[in-house]
Amino acid sequence: MKVALFIPCYVDQFYPDVGMATVQVLEYFGVQVDFPQQQTCCGQPMANSGCMPEARPLAEKFIDTFAGYDWIVSPSGSCVSMVRNHYDHLVSPSDTQATAVRRQTLELGEFLVQVLGIRSPAGVFPHKVGLHQSCHGLRELRLGPCSESMTPRDSLLQQLLGGFTGISFSQLQRKDECCGFGGTFAVGEEAVSAMMGEDRINDHLQAGTEVLTAGDMSCLMHLDGMIRRRKLPMRVLHYSQIMAQAMQQAGVGHNRTAATQSR
Amino acid sequence: MGHPALAADFTANRERARWHDRALWFVREKRDRMATGVPEWEKLRETASAIKRHTQSLMADYLQQFEENATRHGATVHWAADAAEHNRIVLSILQSHRVRRLVKSKSMLTEECHLNPFLEQHGIHVVDTDLGERIVQLREEPPSHIVLPAIHIKKEEVGECFHEHLGTEQGASDPKYLTEAARGHLRSCFCEADAGLTGVNFAIAETGGIVICTNEGNADLGIGLPKIHIACMGMEKLLPRAADLSVFLRLLARSATGQPITTYSSHFHGPQQGGELHIVIVDNGRSEILQSEFRQALDCIRCGACMNTCPVYRRSGGHSYEATVPGPIGSILTPLHSPEQSSTLPFACSLCGSCTDVCPVKIPLHHQLFAMRERLDQQQLIGTGKKLQMKALSVVLSNTWLYSLVGKVARVALRVLPKFLIQNPLTPAGQWARQRELPEAPAKSFRQLYAERQQPGKHSSPDGH
Repeated sequence: MKVALFIPCYVDQFYPDVGMATVQVLEYFGVQVDFPQQQTCCGQPMANSGCMPEARPLAEKFIDTFAGYDWIVSPSGSCVSMVRNHYDHLVSPSDTQATAVRRQTLELGEFLVQVLGIRSPAGVFPHKVGLHQSCHGLRELRLGPCSESMTPRDSLLQQLLGGFTGISFSQLQRKDECCGFGGTFAVGEEAVSAMMGEDRINDHLQAGTEVLTAGDMSCLMHLDGMIRRRKLPMRVLHYSQIMAQAMQQAGVGHNRTAATQSR
Repeated sequence: MGHPALAADFTANRERARWHDRALWFVREKRDRMATGVPEWEKLRETASAIKRHTQSLMADYLQQFEENATRHGATVHWAADAAEHNRIVLSILQSHRVRRLVKSKSMLTEECHLNPFLEQHGIHVVDTDLGERIVQLREEPPSHIVLPAIHIKKEEVGECFHEHLGTEQGASDPKYLTEAARGHLRSCFCEADAGLTGVNFAIAETGGIVICTNEGNADLGIGLPKIHIACMGMEKLLPRAADLSVFLRLLARSATGQPITTYSSHFHGPQQGGELHIVIVDNGRSEILQSEFRQALDCIRCGACMNTCPVYRRSGGHSYEATVPGPIGSILTPLHSPEQSSTLPFACSLCGSCTDVCPVKIPLHHQLFAMRERLDQQQLIGTGKKLQMKALSVVLSNTWLYSLVGKVARVALRVLPKFLIQNPLTPAGQWARQRELPEAPAKSFRQLYAERQQPGKHSSPDGH
């Protein structure tokens, strides 16, 4: 199985630890990944701004970089959704190579649960965790149940983190409201974006969240900015970081065993 | 002014913005409870969407069928190509009967056509009889929501407004007292009216009937007393069969206000005895939308659920959209009609997708908002500044070497430059940093750490590529 790692540009530059945690988690489960050095960005900032001519070269570069892999795995629901759901605006549907790359691009949790069949891996994480449901993972990739939709769905995050010893989850008043990041929205609609972030943080504060986690570091970058400005007693971790820490703590070090045990 | 500035004004009063957000979230939660109680909810949405798709594909045929059947019942059907023609038709009907006083029940179409000011210019006294509509009419402002037109107004403010216009006690804010006062006032308006005008929720091709849904019964009162009933509808209100109504009536009120059904769902087949029923069918750009990639926006049944769920709408208020229909659906419909004046609306959205999942007719709202941004770019309406930024970003990101270099420079800059330089409010970083910290820049990027890990020893320089 040839697996490539896609690390979104802002994670590469600002959150290298999230990328490293993703590598660690995949290696724990016995997956050796390639990191094609040519990669940069999926093109989402341009596409979300309506600038398709500016986004197109990035989509082409993405396809070119990742063609030939069995799976392309990324710790970002939003970027994965861009590739899978929104490249229609950028690449031709008759391009079979592009279609294959798009279909094979998976969010980390999707890959762990749907491809590797991992359920409730062992680990230790004695903290109260607040799950922030990043919108694109939730409503575009359907990684969990959402409050608007009456279709029952399993929560990937719950499946991946729920088995850790000592972990508990915050009970939120609004369990899946948007944090207000929204890419260029965070800057273009600064006032509303900040108020949305503030409201999410307040919800996590009342629920006693110690560690705020999500499937997208972009949401957490925004929320962490609010937390640090207010000097609040809460820290953010991407869920891959929680997994890496929890499994390391439990001594789940041996690749194959871990993967087999959790199947 | 544009949405960002108006939204900033609204959110600046945090207490009020929170109150507005909570009022609408309460409605959204009521909707959730109602939807949960219908096991076939998602199937209903699917069916509604399919019926709309079918109707649109045969729109011309169904419109003709509706006209024939409505005429058979004794209604007169008028066709208006645009808002101006709609207004002229309504005025000429009113003038031919020497109507001086008109009572209206809720009609977003007449808001779209700006009918009220037009009729008032021609000396016709118009009273909106939906309570919320009456409040905003007395305050001389547009509705801020399509179902809850006065949702932005607190009961104390309603008290002030009624004190000024209806002579209620000063300082009164008891909703029951104020509603009673409005009721008395509106009763006299109904009795004095020479004609009644309503919107239309559904028009049935097969029967020629129209259906009007209200909670206050004001449509029924408004057309029960006067002999002239004018019903104005956008052509997309059409449904093929009476049986289709069962799908839409179950979805409408549950999605709109979390009620199983509206208090009144009134069916009209022709005029009352000795009276006249005029049905005005309006295009006003709809034919064009029907032929565009945004055709599903015409499926909208005006339930307002996308507004109630929209985290931006709830915090920025309906007036920040400066549009007849605000919120997610309005941010599609308005730029289709007047892109120059509404180019900020499709960007007043974090693309969270909540609207798409609540929409009872499954309009892919956030995908349409995404597509609308592309259209605005093609119309050169996204702003030169933003376009230049995106062009530059595209060049940088297209070249891996340049991307790594710019990334490194940015990280070093974030670490060493003084805050006042980085957080200049004119830059995107400065906008970001108004109410939140910028990310802490690490010394090395992921690709550096990864390369070092793969080949230990070869990448020992702390800032090396």
